[in-house]
Parts: sequence; C-alpha cells; structure tokens
Amino acid sequence: MNRILLGLTLATIAATAAYAAGPDLGAVQQSATNWPAIGMFLFFVLLTLGITYKAAKGTKSAADFYAAGGGISAGTNALAIAGDYMSAASFLGISGLVYTSGFDGLIYSTGFLVGWPIVLFLIAERLRNLGKFTFADVASFRLDQTSIRIISAVGTLVVVAFYLIAQMVGAGKLIQLLFGLPYLYAVIIVGVLMIVYVAFGGMKATTWVQVIKACLLLGGATFMAGAVLYRYGFNPETLFAASVQVHPKGDAIMAPGGLVSNPIEAISLGVGLMFGTAGLPHILMRFFTVSDAQAARKSVFYATGLIGYFYILTFIIGFGGIALLMSDPSYYKLGAAGTFDKLKDMIGGTNMVAVNLANAIGGPYFLGFISAVAFATILAVVAGLTLAGASAISHDLYAQVIARGRTTDKREVNLSKISAVVIGVVAIFLGYVFENQNVAFMVGLAFAVAASCNFPVLSMSILWRGTTTWGALTGGLVGLLAAVIMVVLSKAVWVTTLGNPAPIFPYDNPALFSMPLAFATIWVVSLMDRSRRAQRERAAFEAQYVRSETGIGASGAHAH
Amino acid sequence: MSSGTTLGARGRAAPPGSGTLAAETDPQVARIARTPEFQQLVHERTRFGWILTILMLVVYFGFIGLIAFDKALLAVKVGGTASLGLFMGVFVILFAFALTGVYVARANTRFDALSDALKRSVGR
Repeated sequence: MNRILLGLTLATIAATAAYAAGPDLGAVQQSATNWPAIGMFLFFVLLTLGITYKAAKGTKSAADFYAAGGGISAGTNALAIAGDYMSAASFLGISGLVYTSGFDGLIYSTGFLVGWPIVLFLIAERLRNLGKFTFADVASFRLDQTSIRIISAVGTLVVVAFYLIAQMVGAGKLIQLLFGLPYLYAVIIVGVLMIVYVAFGGMKATTWVQVIKACLLLGGATFMAGAVLYRYGFNPETLFAASVQVHPKGDAIMAPGGLVSNPIEAISLGVGLMFGTAGLPHILMRFFTVSDAQAARKSVFYATGLIGYFYILTFIIGFGGIALLMSDPSYYKLGAAGTFDKLKDMIGGTNMVAVNLANAIGGPYFLGFISAVAFATILAVVAGLTLAGASAISHDLYAQVIARGRTTDKREVNLSKISAVVIGVVAIFLGYVFENQNVAFMVGLAFAVAASCNFPVLSMSILWRGTTTWGALTGGLVGLLAAVIMVVLSKAVWVTTLGNPAPIFPYDNPALFSMPLAFATIWVVSLMDRSRRAQRERAAFEAQYVRSETGIGASGAHAH
Repeated sequence: MSSGTTLGARGRAAPPGSGTLAAETDPQVARIARTPEFQQLVHERTRFGWILTILMLVVYFGFIGLIAFDKALLAVKVGGTASLGLFMGVFVILFAFALTGVYVARANTRFDALSDALKRSVGR
C-alpha cells in the first residue's frame, strides 16, 4: 500500500499511478469471504448471462455481432458508452485520490471528460456516416485497405492489450480484497465471463452488460454521494469545512497540490487524456451500433452528461471519505500505540475509500452491493475491450488483409468468436504473470497510444484531403512507436520496473510529444507522396467527404 | 447480409491496394458537392465544430495552465472553505457538457434542416 501512497506524493509518478490507481492495489491480503457481496455479484452474473443467452439467439449476421444490428437507441448507447468509460480505476482511484489529495482529484476528472466534446464535434457523426464495424473501416475508406487496416488493427490491439492487463490485475487484486477469493480464481472468473459475453452475445450482450453496469454504478454512487451530503445538510460547504478539519493536510486539500508540479507534465497528461478518449477502439466502435448520425450525436451528448455527473459524484464521495472515515479508527490498521496514519493505514489501501465509505453509510449489505458493482464494472470494461480486440483480428486483419475481402460473414464472425476466446485466455495468462508487477503505467500507455496512433490516423483520413496511405501508415507507426518508447524510457518503466538509476525520457506522459509527431509525420509524408496511388486517394476524398458530411450513401441502419 | 451496401460493395469489389472508389466515376457525388446546400451545410457545420473545439481546448488547457503556473490563484477562497480552483474544476465539467448540448441543439435544428434541404434538392 505504501507504494501507491509514495507514488502520490511524488508528482511525476502520481500522474500515471492514478490512471490506474484502482488496478495498482499493490500487495493485498486476502480478506474474509464476503457473502453478501458474492450473492449480489452472482445475481449480476446470472442476469447478464440470461441477457447473453437471449442476445446469442438474436445474433445472426456480422452486423448483429459487431454492431448489434445498428439497432441500439441513442439513450441506450449513451449508457453503454458511459459503462465502457467509467472504469473501476476511475471510481475507486479518483475517489481515493480525492481522499489523499483533495483538489488534485479534479485534474483527472476534468481530463477524462473533456475528450468527449472533441469526439462529438469532429468525429462521431462522420464516423457513423462512413463506418461499418470498426474505426479501421473509416480510416481505410479511401486509402489502401491492407496497410491502413494493419496499422489500425495494431493500434487497436496495443491499446486493448495494455488496458486489459491493467484491468485484469486490478480485478484480481480487488476481488481478493472485496470477496476474499484467491487472486488466480478472480482472474479466471473475469476471463471466462468476458469470453462468454463476447463470444456468445457479441455486441448486443456487451452493450447490455455495459448498460446494467452503468445503471448500477451511477445508482450506487448517487446514493453514496446523496447520503454524504445528507449528513451535511446538503451543503457542500459544510462538508468541505468538516473535511479540512480532519485531513492531515488541512486547508491544502482545497488547492492544487503536488500532483502536477511540472507544467509540461500537466499539459502532456491533459493531451493524452483528451485525445486518447477520441482514439479508444472500444469506444469508437460504439458509434456503429446506432442507426444514424443523429443518434450518434445524441448518444455523445447524453454520455458526456452521465460521465460528468459521475465524476462530480466521485469527488463528493472522496470528500465524504475524508469527513466520515478519518475520525473513525475502525477503518484503519492501528499502530502499536493505537495510532494510525490517516493517509497510509486505511484498511485495503486508499483505493478502498469508496468501499469503506459504503460500509460507513449503508452497513455490510451496501458494502456488498458496492463491491459487486466494482466487480461488475471491471467485467463490463474488459468485455468491451475484448470485443474491440476480436473485431480488429477478424474484421480487419483476417477478412480484409488475409482473405482480401473474399470471405463470408459467417466465417468472419466465427473467427471473431475464436479470437475472443484467445484474447480471454491470453488475458488470464497475462493477469497471472503480471500479478506482482507494477501495472499502473499501463492505462496511461493505452491512452497515449490511442492519442498518438489511432486518433491521428483516423482524424487525418477523415478531415484532410491530402492524407495518403503512406502518410497515414508512417505517421501511425511513428506515433505508436514514439508513445511506447517514451513510456519505456520514462520513470515508471525504466526506473521503477527495470531498475535503472535514472529515466532517459524525463516525463511520464508522452502524448504532448508523440501525438504532434504523428500528425507531423502524416502531413509531411503525405505531401511528399507523389505516387499514382496517392493521386487517386486525394481524388477519392470528395466522395468520402460528401458521405461523411451528409450520410448519403451510408446505410440507413444495419438492421434489416 | 452485409450492411451499408455501398461500403460493402466497395470493400469487396475493389481490388485491395487499388484505393479506388466507385465514386470517382460517380457523377452523383460531384453533383452533390457542387450544390449550394451542401457547401453551406459543410461550411457552417465545420466552422461551428471548430469554434466549439477551440473553446473547449482554451477552457481546459487554461485550467491546466493555471494549475501548472499559478497555484496561488486557484487556492483563493471563495465563500468559506471552497477554493476558486474547485469552482473552476466543476465549471470545466459543466462547460464540457453544456458545449455538447449547444452543438446538439444547433445540429438538431439548423444542420438537420440544411441536410434535409440538400437531400430534397438531390432528389432522394
């Protein structure tokens, strides 16, 4: 536990640690078996398996499997987007960060939210008008199928892999702590359930798992924040005053602290969070599940509201943790003289603030409920990631690159199901291997790659006439490699994991450098590209442009 | 079985690597692109989208910039315990949501009307 806390005090490490503050639970002790939590979680599993069974019967075509037949309504899709996006890391991690540092938690809350308007203004409608199942469909619309699908699929799989490892390790630790199950069991349960959801139920089941999880999480968090505010007469000012009194840092928690001491680091973190959102493959895929651009647009609007509301709740929950838990020794490991450090000795670590607060507010049954919700949250996120990864393998790599378009829907979907099983097994294995590794940087790396490879390739191919295959391919590759290399050379990996004395790359967040590098490469290489193919691709922009702006030529809906 | 018939047809018919599009030879596309309705729609929407994007960037990076460069300002007390920074953080969240609302309201009325007019004028 001390590892996290130490990280939080070191501004630079904290920047990435908090991305995955949930996942990086450090060494945890297995706690006593928590039956109410297990009971409620089993209920969630049975419900979602029932939905998966129904979805499997209704999933016949490739459009059903990848995009739920395009028949998801804007409101449902908004809940599913929120479900995909609100991870356990943001629920437990940000409330824990608010608990230790107060104001600094808001830096993450805002960063995670502000990517959504950008998605709406520049990407969402055009994506829906041009696309079919994956964002590679859009990026390769007028460019070379083989090269662009390969770079898009690689970008997708890298993002999915890092995100998935962080989630699996986090899930194992969390379940060990919440349910009292051994780490390996927990990882296997998560892996098997996500295989079942994705392989049998495809996008329909995945969507409904997200929706249920989003409702549970928003409902639970609303109740918690409401109960906290109720104790303080629904006056946040009273809550803040009470928090400042008991917090060891006192009034400092109301002001920016040490989290971002370096301006470049702060801005680079912001760039990664903001534009990473616009390049996450499992999020982009969700825009193909609605019938048209209008529905895509509305779903981003609602989702932004839901996600923003959720981050405000986590902020209140964090302060509730300060005000209600810090004066109660029963939530801490007591030292020899009955003393405890409010920031270091919380039972289960500071990521358990929301969980311990649930106990303080609603007793063991509400604790069980919140534990089950946290588990469901991880499950939903990994299901979304698995589907995105499986689609990249079957729809992009197999159908378009290997089979060159000469395959059937049925064969493609079958391959996707097999891919989901393989991804699940690999995820279980990696979750097992990485049990005692520091995975905190991995979610940050996933966002950095999404911002530096997927987002530049996608946005340049849609928005700039001059983009050519060579430009997009080299730019995407440069962005991907730059992001990965910079993270490997940064403190989180080079020093903390590999044990070198000093980092070669001074920042933990590479996006400020790797993303502009990718854009610049796409631009320069496209300008220099004088091949005949490049001329054809520029000429083909007009047709793509008309369709992306109007939807004319796009199918009205996938549903038949 | 494949959805988006146009895309499906293109994806399969065009030999990979050719990067061609049926639309190169499609006079319909050129005709739509030349209509005043299309040009107005694209001009207005693109402009509006970029203005809102820049607003969001300015507000967010303004907030981050203050955190990086002027912590003292954010620590200023506004009404008792709560600091200016706290209000600004919540403001950034509300602003992001409001901005998406502004875009959707404008798109639902103005852009959809222009889009409908365009579709009528190209006779679909």
